[in-house]
Amino acid sequence: MRISGNRHILGWLLISPAVILLVTFTHYPSVSSFFSSLFSRGNPIRPSKFVGADQYTAMLEDPVFWTVLENNLIYAAGTIPASIGLALLMAVLVDQMLPGRAFLRLAYFTPTILPMIAVANIWLFFYTPEIGLLDQVLRPLGIDTPNWLGDPSTALWSIIFITIWKEAGFFMIFYLAALQTQSPELKEAAKLEGASAFTFFRRVTFPLLMPTTLFVLVNAVLNSFKLVDHIFILTKGGPNNASSLILYYIYETAFSFFDTPYAAALTIVLLGFLALLAFVQFGLLEKRIHYR
Amino acid sequence: MGATMALSAGVAAAKTSLTMYYPVAVGGPLTKIVDGIVADFEKQNPDIDVNAIYAGNYNDARIKALAALKSGQPAQLSVMFSIDIYDLIEQDAIVAFDDVVSTDEEKAWLKSFYPALMENGQTLGKTWGVPFQRSTIVMYYNKDAFRAAGLDAENPPKTWEELVAAGKKLTKKDGSQWGMMIPSTGYPYWMFGALTKQNGQVLMNADGTETYFNNPKVVEALSFWKDLSQKHEVMPKGAIEWGTLRKNFLEQKTAIMWHSTGNLTTVKKNAKFDFGVAMLPGNPSRGTPTGGGNFYIFKKSSDEEKKAALKLIKFMTSPKNAAKWSMETGYIGVSPEAYKTKELKEYAKSFPPAAVARDQLNFATAELSTYQTGRVRKLLDDALQAAIAGGKTPEEVLNDAQARATQLLKPYK
Repeated sequence: MRISGNRHILGWLLISPAVILLVTFTHYPSVSSFFSSLFSRGNPIRPSKFVGADQYTAMLEDPVFWTVLENNLIYAAGTIPASIGLALLMAVLVDQMLPGRAFLRLAYFTPTILPMIAVANIWLFFYTPEIGLLDQVLRPLGIDTPNWLGDPSTALWSIIFITIWKEAGFFMIFYLAALQTQSPELKEAAKLEGASAFTFFRRVTFPLLMPTTLFVLVNAVLNSFKLVDHIFILTKGGPNNASSLILYYIYETAFSFFDTPYAAALTIVLLGFLALLAFVQFGLLEKRIHYR
Repeated sequence: MGATMALSAGVAAAKTSLTMYYPVAVGGPLTKIVDGIVADFEKQNPDIDVNAIYAGNYNDARIKALAALKSGQPAQLSVMFSIDIYDLIEQDAIVAFDDVVSTDEEKAWLKSFYPALMENGQTLGKTWGVPFQRSTIVMYYNKDAFRAAGLDAENPPKTWEELVAAGKKLTKKDGSQWGMMIPSTGYPYWMFGALTKQNGQVLMNADGTETYFNNPKVVEALSFWKDLSQKHEVMPKGAIEWGTLRKNFLEQKTAIMWHSTGNLTTVKKNAKFDFGVAMLPGNPSRGTPTGGGNFYIFKKSSDEEKKAALKLIKFMTSPKNAAKWSMETGYIGVSPEAYKTKELKEYAKSFPPAAVARDQLNFATAELSTYQTGRVRKLLDDALQAAIAGGKTPEEVLNDAQARATQLLKPYK
C-alpha cells in the first residue's frame, strides 16, 4: 500500500514538468482565449462586457477574415504537397552514392538553418523590381517580370515559393534518416524478382516511408498555419490583404488594432481548424499506415 | 566610513530612473545618435538615470510600451507614433503636457514648436505629444537624370501637370529608368495624405471622429495616383515597396521618389549622382502631411518621474539638440529656434535640401489619425492598394472604406 502510494507520487512528479508547461502555455491560454472572445473590447472609459457570440458573428461579416482564410487554404495547398514531394525527391537523390554527396546534403539543408527573418530580408531584395536578383536575371533574357510582391496575383505565390524552399530541406532530413534505416536486402530481393526501380519505389520504399510521411505531413500542415514570420518583412499582408494569413491577421488585430477579444475569437477558430486537421490526420490516415 | 556609505546610499535612492522606448522607421545609425544625446543628458543630470530602449518600428514601439505598462514595469516616457494619440488617450495611458508643465519657462517651451508639428499632438483642448522625430514627405530627384532628359535640374516640377510631363521625359522606354515612384506599402495612407492635401482636402477632422475618404477631391487624388502608372505610365504598376524604394533611387532606377525627410542624410551619404530635394508639387497648392514620432509621458509615473521625464524631453528638443538631431538624420528641427542655431544655419546654407522640409511646414497638415486609428488606417491602406495594385476603381474602394470607417467611429461621436 505504502509502496504503491509512493509510486503514484513518483509518477506524478515525473510527468509534472510536462504537465506544468502544457497547462501554463497551452491549455490555460486556450481556455482563457475562449473566455475573452465572449467579451467586448474594453478600455478604461468603456469597460468590456459580456457579448456572447458577437465576436463570432462579426467575423462572418468581416471580408478580411474570409480573404485571409482563403489565402491560408491556398497557402496550405501550395506549400504542403510541394514541400513534401520535393523533400522526398531530394532525400532519394542524396541517399544514393553520388560524388559530393555530403556537400549536396548540406546544400539542401542550408535554407532550414537560416533564420526566417534574415531569409525574408534577402528574398525581399530578390523580388524587388528593377534592382532585384530575379529581375536582373530574367530581364536580359527578354522575360517580362511581374512586380512579384506588389501585385495581388503574385504576392501570395511568391511567399509560398519561399516557404517551400525553406521547408523542403527540413523534411528531407526525416526522409533521409528513414531511407537509411531501410534494409538493403529488400532492394536485393526486388532485383532478383526483376522489379524496376520505379516499381520498387512505389511498392516497397514509399509504403515503408509512410510513418515518416505522416510525421512530415503533420508538421507541414501545422506550419502552413503558423509560419508567418516572412510576411512581416516581405508584404505585411498586402497588397490589400492579398498575402495575409490567419495568424498574421490575428497579430494585426491584437497588436495593431488592440482588439484582443476579436483576436481571441480568431485564435479559437484557428485552434478549431488545427484540431480538426489533427483529427483527420491521426484518426483516418493512421489506420492506413503499416509501422512494421 | 559608515557615514559615507549612508550618504552614497542616500544619493542612490534619490536617483530617478527613467525608461524610454523609441522607434526607428528610416535607415541609418539612429540608435547611436539617440544614445549619444541621452549620454549627454545623464552627464548634466547625475541624479537621473535614463534607460533608452530601441524598440523596432513605430508599431513595435507602441506594443512594447503598452505591454510594459500592463505588466507593471512601465516606461515613464516614450517616443511613439504621433498618430497613436487617440488610442493612448482611450487606453488612459498618457498625461497631457499641460498638466505636467508648471513654471513659466516650461509653459513657454511647450509653445516653442512649429504649429504644424503640434497638430497631431493636440486634441480635447490639450497637448498630449511633443514633436521629436518629425518629418514630412519630400521629393528627392536625380539632377543628373533631369539634365540628361533635357529638364531644368534647378526647377523641379511644381504642379501635377509638370510632374507628369517631367515623368514622361524621364521614363526610359526600355524600362531601365522610371520617371517617379511613390511607395504604396508601409505607409500608403501617408503618401495619400499628401496627394489629397495638394488637391485641397484633408482626410479627417481634428477630433479624430470623422473621415472624408469618399469626398470627391479625395477620390480625384487617388485617380491621379493610379493614373501615374496606368495612364501616364511614368511609374511602375503594382505596389511599390517602402523599404526598398531608397535603393531604387540610389541605383538610379527611378529619377524621382517621394519619401520621408528622415532619409535625407542616408541619401546624401550614398548617392553617387547629383541629387536635389524639393517640396512636393501641388494641384494647385502644395501639401504634405507631417509624420513621425512624438514624446509622450505615461500616466503611471510618480510626480518626480514625470518631472524628470519632462526635463529629458526638454533637453532632447532643445534648439541645440534638435539642430544636431536634424543634421544627423534629416528629420525636421522641431522649433524655429533650432534653425536659428549657428550649426543648423550653416548646415542649411551649405546643404539647402536640409531646409526644404521646414519650408514645407507652411503647407503641411496633420497625418491621418482617428480613434481606432489602426483599423481606420488599415481600411484606407487596403483601399489604396486595391485601387493601385488591384485594378478596382477609386470610387468603389473609397466608398467602401468610408462606410466602414463611419461604422467604426460611430461610438466616438
